[in-house]
Amino acid sequence: MKNVQFAAKFEFLDEIRDFVGIIAREGGFGDKEVYNIQLATDEAASNIIEHAYEGVSDGVLELSCGVQGDVIRIVLIDHGEPFDPSEIPMPDLKADLSERKIGGLGIFLMRKLMDEVHYDSQPENNSNFLTMIKRKR
Amino acid sequence: MEITVQEFKHCDMITVKGRVDSATAPQLAQALEAANEGGKYKLVINMSDLEYMSSAGFRALLAAQRNSKRYNRGEVVLSSVPDRIREALELAGFTELFKTFDEPLTAVGHF
Repeated sequence: MKNVQFAAKFEFLDEIRDFVGIIAREGGFGDKEVYNIQLATDEAASNIIEHAYEGVSDGVLELSCGVQGDVIRIVLIDHGEPFDPSEIPMPDLKADLSERKIGGLGIFLMRKLMDEVHYDSQPENNSNFLTMIKRKR
Repeated sequence: MEITVQEFKHCDMITVKGRVDSATAPQLAQALEAANEGGKYKLVINMSDLEYMSSAGFRALLAAQRNSKRYNRGEVVLSSVPDRIREALELAGFTELFKTFDEPLTAVGHF
């Protein structure tokens, strides 16, 4: 697993996508899968920056990523407010334009694009772990 | 991300290049709001040189579609949507909310 730390700011999303994209590509994932892994990681990181670190200007986002066999594992670690994506209701994708909810979409995409999404909050360490796993098709 | 606006007789074409994420989506939202505020509700979003769009971009499109369709005054349509972005839009159930065209000029001709 490779590790990297970013200031929890939207301006680093580009580098966050590059970091996982390079590892996924080197690990043998195809173009479409690499895009989707980058999108899921972006959505996860965006949620952490927006919600876990809401009102916090000096938050740190740690990222671990590695490929083992057919599996890529991405772990995002933050030290902000616990924010469990599984507690966010799924958006109603059949709702018409006026009723379509604007929130929850990023989490929905994460769950759809990855094979597994796990969340673990460790208040005693002031750390939250979001793990995402995807297997090669 | 780079945004250019081109005026046609019956609509405006907004070309979005590069990458739209949480950092750049506010800029896209602002451009769409500016069009609406200028009385432009018939909009073509040309995505031919768009490399990436996250749900932050989808939200900006949704807000613009809502505002444009209000009182039947217009509509936002999408043109030249790259495969990866189209797949993500489909997954999010957004392709039902926007007409999409293969070519920008066909999209312009829709209005």
